[in-house]
Amino acid sequence: MSRSDQVVRWPLFASGFVALLLGLIPLPHWLDLLRPDFLALVVLYWSVHLPRAGRLWFAWSAGLALDVFRGVVLGQFALAMTVIGAAAIYMHLRIRAYPIWHQAGTVFAALFLYHLTLWIVDGWSGHPITSSARWVPAVSGALVWPFVSGMLDKLHRRF
Amino acid sequence: MAAFQSPINRPILSRGPVSLGGFLFFVGLSIILMWLDQRQGYLGGVRRALSIAGYGVEVTVSSPFYAWGWLSNYFATRGHLLEENAELRAHERETDLRLQRFEALEQENLRLRALRKSTEHVAEKFVVGEIMRVDLDPYRHRVRINKGSNDGIFQGQAILDAAGVVGQITRVGVYSSEAILITDAEHAIPVQVNRNGLRTIAVGTGNINQLSLPYLAVNSDIREGDLLVTSGLGGVFPAGYPVGTVRKIDRSVAQTLVSIIATPAAALDRDREVLLVWFPQLPPEPAAPPPSAASAP
Repeated sequence: MSRSDQVVRWPLFASGFVALLLGLIPLPHWLDLLRPDFLALVVLYWSVHLPRAGRLWFAWSAGLALDVFRGVVLGQFALAMTVIGAAAIYMHLRIRAYPIWHQAGTVFAALFLYHLTLWIVDGWSGHPITSSARWVPAVSGALVWPFVSGMLDKLHRRF
Repeated sequence: MAAFQSPINRPILSRGPVSLGGFLFFVGLSIILMWLDQRQGYLGGVRRALSIAGYGVEVTVSSPFYAWGWLSNYFATRGHLLEENAELRAHERETDLRLQRFEALEQENLRLRALRKSTEHVAEKFVVGEIMRVDLDPYRHRVRINKGSNDGIFQGQAILDAAGVVGQITRVGVYSSEAILITDAEHAIPVQVNRNGLRTIAVGTGNINQLSLPYLAVNSDIREGDLLVTSGLGGVFPAGYPVGTVRKIDRSVAQTLVSIIATPAAALDRDREVLLVWFPQLPPEPAAPPPSAASAP
């Protein structure tokens, strides 16, 4: 597609990189448990607002990067990112029209799907996490969505 | 059809950019990756290559913390340094005193072992590694250490600190490697009670200051305060290094096994520097690390 080649891609990678760093910064344990999945939020944002720029490649490679850092089986986060990226791209016109808190609800649903995928793969690969606190980032992610989305909007308008 | 394109970079109408085929392609790619990695173990090289790229990112994340540590060292007050110096001197005197006795004991031990023709399992070489300041996974006790195959690190290498056993290496990268702590819920370490040689296995609980000993019978001779040391069975850890102390014993008559909680000896949640050790019992001796990094104890 010659058309998608014209789309500027650097903001995707720049924001993805920053989100990756935010996910790695050492935090106290209780804050670590609350830490939202910034990279997943960034993937959701670009999938909704610029679905042609990265398509699923962006979601998938972001997930693969997480796989490397988290030290899990390669492909786990890539799969989860693909699932939410595809869902977000599929619904992008609808999601764009939602008011921000409705969007946050949708983001919660997407993050829940994301963690559900991770949970299934965790069980399959023999490293189950039984603590129910693992679902907390889905809530915190939805709560920070308005801020993340606002910041990425600013970046988006620049180019 | 360049003539019909909008002057700005964004397409005005973006629709239908995802297809079922594309989705299935990426899902399939992920599943194949997972299968190859988990079941076949083919992706060691790929992972190593990716981890080199990842190392840069990890250094980026942890560098502000290093810089802060360096700055606060640099601007440390004279009084503070003097105080620290005096403390270290006192500590050194104490260690020296203990060492005098230790050397005599070591000689005696060697003689006795020679009599019994058994090998000693004393760590003979070590590399100091630093735990990198990155958070890997809040639910797993995994850490990243800034030494990799470049320094001769190998998979399954034992990690100690000044007080006891920390964990072992699970995955080796080129410049950094991933380690599992003994308190990770998936980790188990063969131990024995120092007082009477009773052997068992200490299992991680997922709680950073707690180990569990689930495999002892109710009538076993174990008491609160007992020191647990590595037994050397399994070949991963050298024998005789402290693992923890027994904190709580719950003997219920209805059970056949006793539930025991122990506190790890190593400062697992406070450590920054750890020792990666080589000891003679391990058959696969890796390539020698550069002489600057290694030092004999």
